[in-house]
Amino acid sequence: MANMLANIFGTSPVRPLEKHVEIAFRCAKKLRPFFAAAVKGKWDVAASIRDEIEQLEHDADDLKKEIRLNLPKSLFMPVPRQDLLELLLVQDKIANRTKDVSGLVIGRKMRIPAEIAAEFVEFVDRNIDAAKQARKSVRELDELFTAGFRGAEVELVAGLIEELDRIETDTDEKQASLRAALFKIEKSLDPIDAMFMYQVIELTGEIADMAERVGRRLELLLSH
Amino acid sequence: MEAQYIYIGLAAVFGLFMAWGIGANDVANAMATSVGSKALTIKQAILVAAVFEFLGAVLAGGAVTSTIRKGIVDAELFSGSPELLIYGMLASLLAAGTWLLIASRNGWPVSTTHSIVGAIVGFAAVGIGIDAVQWEQIGTIVISWVVSPFTSGFIAFLIYLSVQKLILHHADPLAQAKRYVPIYIFFAALTITLVTILKGLKHVGLDLSLQDSYWLAIGIAACVAVIGAIFISRIKSDPKAEKSQHFYTVERVFAVLMIITACGMAFAHGSNDVANAIGPLAAVIGIATTGTVAAKSALPIWVLVIGGVGIVIGLATYGRHVIATVGEKITQLTPSRGFAAELAAATTIVIASGTGIPISTTHTLVGAVLGVGLARGIDAIDLRVVSRIMVSWVVTIPAGALLSITFFFLFKAILP
Repeated sequence: MANMLANIFGTSPVRPLEKHVEIAFRCAKKLRPFFAAAVKGKWDVAASIRDEIEQLEHDADDLKKEIRLNLPKSLFMPVPRQDLLELLLVQDKIANRTKDVSGLVIGRKMRIPAEIAAEFVEFVDRNIDAAKQARKSVRELDELFTAGFRGAEVELVAGLIEELDRIETDTDEKQASLRAALFKIEKSLDPIDAMFMYQVIELTGEIADMAERVGRRLELLLSH
Repeated sequence: MEAQYIYIGLAAVFGLFMAWGIGANDVANAMATSVGSKALTIKQAILVAAVFEFLGAVLAGGAVTSTIRKGIVDAELFSGSPELLIYGMLASLLAAGTWLLIASRNGWPVSTTHSIVGAIVGFAAVGIGIDAVQWEQIGTIVISWVVSPFTSGFIAFLIYLSVQKLILHHADPLAQAKRYVPIYIFFAALTITLVTILKGLKHVGLDLSLQDSYWLAIGIAACVAVIGAIFISRIKSDPKAEKSQHFYTVERVFAVLMIITACGMAFAHGSNDVANAIGPLAAVIGIATTGTVAAKSALPIWVLVIGGVGIVIGLATYGRHVIATVGEKITQLTPSRGFAAELAAATTIVIASGTGIPISTTHTLVGAVLGVGLARGIDAIDLRVVSRIMVSWVVTIPAGALLSITFFFLFKAILP
């Protein structure tokens, strides 16, 4: 029996969106053990972590599709449907970039040059921090809906987004200094390896970029 | 002589059937909001419904009963052939009960009021003649069907807006909730008791002056608020389930309030909708025992009991499944929003009951939920479903009418 009164309430996208960012973050977090293994050349360990990353990215994708299916145009919500869909899209890209960068590294069995390894690991960590802060911000979504996107809760989330921006700026600086370090030693590397190393740095940095865009999307919701 | 007992017997059975339908559909929908927000368990909801539906019907239901009983058809026209009015009222009860059964089976939240009014208008207009219907009264009733969802929606909007301003937007919503929720309890209790005292106590022989009535209502409401405040002060925040804003505990504070509004909702429903079943039943009994249509006999108490018992049976047999289904799906309606919807709907309904206008509890409640939604209180409302519900409301009137016309001619052919 499909009771109409029950169906007045569409499926709320709030908890699924929070779950989705959780998966995206857990996916990004896997880069830490992944690169730890890659730096040491333990490719079997790296490959199994890479499988986990792929699985999480896949889970995020499935959830993304499910959320979209449950967000028909006929829904009346306190915030525009389009903004929620775009938030979902950038959340999903955190997982996508994680998959891309791990795929590239494992595909070419790329060794991170020892001279920049420590700095690189730090850079990866900071990107994961950005994803973590994005998760923390999106996790306030249910409270934002409860508060009707007004009042003290909005201030709280605005503060979280500010912190997210600071972390992202930090990753930008780390990325620049990492590129400079790579430039200094690139002559000693195989030219193709050096080219791809630049690309790994670029792709990794995009994780923080996507996290920052999650913040921008949330900010748009706050202004409603 | 024999025929009278057949009429009364049939009316009692059909009235019970209709009351069963009200319990299975209407009451279940009304109580599901409290169950969905976890303020009450299903068993508690049925208990609250049983007690307060009954109180509402007895204490504040008289005016609506008399509208259903003699406000819709012009009884004068039947003075030559009172049995026609009996057939018609029997047909209306059976028609509305049947339609409610169909609606409950399909999960349509239709209005019991629409069913019975449509049914009575149907048999009267077709079976007797267009003039038999008191169109002026019908006009008022139909306008109230449009106005009541808007009214309750507007009240719900304002109530929820005040909740946001006073509590949810605050930096410490828990402290604010503990401060203001007892005040909401006071107003919820005040509305219900005031209408009961002003409209109901005369029936049970108590006649207070207007001023005394107000003071009594304020006194009772204050007692309820104090009891509520004691319960609320015992609520401790659970750090495990909590985030920064303590909304989890805030909702538990509102859950106390929602128990009060659930009682109010059941009371309001009883005051308005029980009449849909016992109004026609009372009409049949009146005509059958006196033999004239102009009878001004008092409402026998067993008629009310039939209404109450039928509703409780409907709730317990079928309604509990409806409550479970609806309750499970409407988790978005947390106590802070659910109480706003219930209080707005209950207020609108008891006021309508006081003036004798039969409005639809279901419509009023849906209007209230949309009002909370407009105040940005609900995550997602499916407007497609809302429009489908409105279609089911419109269809109910001709459906009730067609069924009752059919039953009317059937009874005319077979009954003595």
